[in-house]
Amino acid sequence: MRARLAAAAVLLIVSGCGASDAPDGGDGRLSDGTSGPALSGTLTVFAAASLTDVFTDLGDQLMELHPSLAVRFNFAGSSALATQITQGAPADVFASANAAQMAVVTDAGMAQNPTVFAGNVLEIAVPAGNPGGVDGLADFARDELALAICAPDVPCGAAAEQVFDSAGVAAAPDTLEEDARAALTKVELGEVDAALVYASDVVSAGDAVEGIPFPEAENAVNAYPVCALADAPNPGAARAFVDLVLSGVGQAALGDAGFRAP
Amino acid sequence: MRGARSRTRVPAPLLVPAALAVAFLVLPLVGLLVRAPWSSLGPALTTPGVGQALRLSLVSATLATLVSVLLGVPLAWVLARSAARGRTLLRALVTVPLVLPPVVGGVALFLVLGRQGVVGRWLFEAFDLTIPFTTTAVVIAETFVAMPFLVISVEGALRAADARFEDVAATLGADRWTTFRRVTLPLVAPGVGAGAVLCWARALGEFGATITFAGNFPGTTQTMPLAVYLALQRDPEAAIALSLVLLAVSLATLLLLRGRWLGRAAP
Amino acid sequence: MTLDASVRLRRGALDLAIDLRVAGGEVVAVLGPNGAGKSTLLRVLAGLLPPDDGRVAVGGRIWDDVTGRTHLLPHRRSVGMVFQDALLFPHLTVSDNVAFGLRTRGVPKAAARVAAAGWLARVGLAGLGDQRPAQLSGGQAQRAALARALVGDPALLLLDEPLSALDARTRLTVRAELRRHLAEFGGGTVLVTHDPVDAMALADRVVVVEQGRVVQAGTPAEVNSRPRTDYVARLAGLSLLSGTGWGRSVRLDGGGVVAVAEEAAGPVFAAVRPESVALYLSRPDGSPRNVWSARLVGATPHGATVRCELAGEVPLVADVTATAFAELGLAPGVEVWATVKASEVAVYAR
Repeated sequence: MRARLAAAAVLLIVSGCGASDAPDGGDGRLSDGTSGPALSGTLTVFAAASLTDVFTDLGDQLMELHPSLAVRFNFAGSSALATQITQGAPADVFASANAAQMAVVTDAGMAQNPTVFAGNVLEIAVPAGNPGGVDGLADFARDELALAICAPDVPCGAAAEQVFDSAGVAAAPDTLEEDARAALTKVELGEVDAALVYASDVVSAGDAVEGIPFPEAENAVNAYPVCALADAPNPGAARAFVDLVLSGVGQAALGDAGFRAP
Repeated sequence: MRGARSRTRVPAPLLVPAALAVAFLVLPLVGLLVRAPWSSLGPALTTPGVGQALRLSLVSATLATLVSVLLGVPLAWVLARSAARGRTLLRALVTVPLVLPPVVGGVALFLVLGRQGVVGRWLFEAFDLTIPFTTTAVVIAETFVAMPFLVISVEGALRAADARFEDVAATLGADRWTTFRRVTLPLVAPGVGAGAVLCWARALGEFGATITFAGNFPGTTQTMPLAVYLALQRDPEAAIALSLVLLAVSLATLLLLRGRWLGRAAP
Repeated sequence: MTLDASVRLRRGALDLAIDLRVAGGEVVAVLGPNGAGKSTLLRVLAGLLPPDDGRVAVGGRIWDDVTGRTHLLPHRRSVGMVFQDALLFPHLTVSDNVAFGLRTRGVPKAAARVAAAGWLARVGLAGLGDQRPAQLSGGQAQRAALARALVGDPALLLLDEPLSALDARTRLTVRAELRRHLAEFGGGTVLVTHDPVDAMALADRVVVVEQGRVVQAGTPAEVNSRPRTDYVARLAGLSLLSGTGWGRSVRLDGGGVVAVAEEAAGPVFAAVRPESVALYLSRPDGSPRNVWSARLVGATPHGATVRCELAGEVPLVADVTATAFAELGLAPGVEVWATVKASEVAVYAR
């Protein structure tokens, strides 16, 4: 019985990648000082969902430089990613949206010396045209508005609590969203008058959403750490990706996406 | 080989897959039980939000089941008995919520019943009524996702029921409505019961459509699955504890129902 | 309460065209093989199936009139119907089953219960009213179904193979009871059956239906003694021979001549009962004028007799005693001589 179960379980496990050192075939040149031997195999990057657009672009750039390298991404909530990594999911790089979830991985001894590569601050997101007439954090106390903030259990919610506390605003949200993306969706659909999300989320939503920065946001700057994992199947590629993120190219891309420098 | 015994013995080609199925379904539950933080279970469960979420889950799932029965049984009758054209298409449409990712279902509900939705906008402008982010929205989201389970099982029961009983009732002076109430419905009651249980269970576990359309606010829209999901972001052990509560309550309810209500129908 | 029906209906392979008249208090058996359209006819009379064309009227009231665009829904017709399976509602008690028709017609609960109890007593089920249908035997269930159909005093009673699901012994007793209840019933009764015994025992008149058409009608005795189709003849246990009358003989269509006792002319049937056919191993001498050579092709024990099927110039069925069958050493394939007295042959116009 047990043997049969094990056999069935094998089918469910997505096989990891086998990294191999291919002979140096390309020119190995990388802009902005990030250069090295040609990379090959598969690079698996676990990254916070808010990084989806930027990291996909950066991954494409890396693949252009190393044609025999395939970059795969697993974008999800940072805590889900941390759980997957500590449960043994084969990953080369972990980029978290906060220090706490990175700590879960480093405490488990699966990564060392994470580097903060970006910061993200909260911004008020309102539907195009701002139907609720929202202009500052104080509007989150208005009962008649439909308001979304993140649940305190997730990083953007913890940050929201922090800014409301420091601003002395008694927020009256209608919903505590499971992540910033879900809150943003409700803004995009026009179902809430305002949501508290990250500046990068507002940029990613395009014209449907307007962002309103507010000074209290500085009290809760969210730091994004990244690191190559200790058991990375493709350590060379992992190093190269982390370097790219930290490079001028990477930082410029992050800036365009609404992130700020660390 | 004694006859009496060989009748109850399960043939090996059935036994092995059946045992595998049991293992497949039960082992994750065992995993939860093994990993459960038994020592911290007490504190986790007495957190004020938990009772609230549990109560909301039970109430909304029960309301969703009631709505599903009231609307779904007549729909099942139309699918099983009427000769209306386009029935095949109708049946396919009814099963859409089964294949639709629940989150998409939640967005779809917004597009109809949201403040900017086709119907919702009118409700808002005419009556100042908004549905999203209310307990009503929870019930609507759960009904949307769970009703097909009821419709499909009741339709199956109606098809299996002997339609000649309805002929007999007609010759005894019963019009179609009386026949439905006094003959058809009692005949398919076990099917309605099974469908309602399935529907209730699905509604109880509903997550995606609910968190999208109703949002998540303790006391009004935060059901147990939402509480479990959010606890998982912060404290996986608390999430396991909450899951166990949900499991225990739903299993207890189902066993009770089966014993008292479905048990009587099945000989 | 006279039923006056003229029903035309096409459904799949069935092409039904039947005219039927049943007087108040009369029992008419519709006899026919499976697929003849008997049950379909009953469904039309009950209103469960609208006819393509025709008219159904009961006691002067029009139930169906296709040209007049009248179709009375089944629950508005004063009918009682009993099916082959009793079809008692399994979720109701026996008493509630019987009271069902009264309740739907607005009779108060208490009164309906009293009436149901009365009818249960009449059909011999007194005291079983609180039972569930599943607790009844087949015969009891069919009695309850009859009570349920009759309790509302319908203008028309429709019985669809009411005895065929019962075992042989129960069928005898229920048939006898049914006969008594039908005698007391004032409305018309249409009994659909494929069992000639039911038809003979219960009906005042028999209508034989084959392939959607009435092929013969008359009293049970007439139909039994003078069958007009092979189907009826087989049911009556007769050999049916068709031919042309020529003085005191009939020239059969299939060849051969049958001597008869009376003068006959034109197209006629000659019917021979199996017990009037005698078998011999060698050609008998003496009086019988009908002697044919034949070969035994089938033999079926039938109580103390053996029914022998004969092939030859004149196809016949003969009943011989089991003893004679053994003494003659009969077996399929044996060549025999068959004789029939001219006075034993019934002749009637086709």
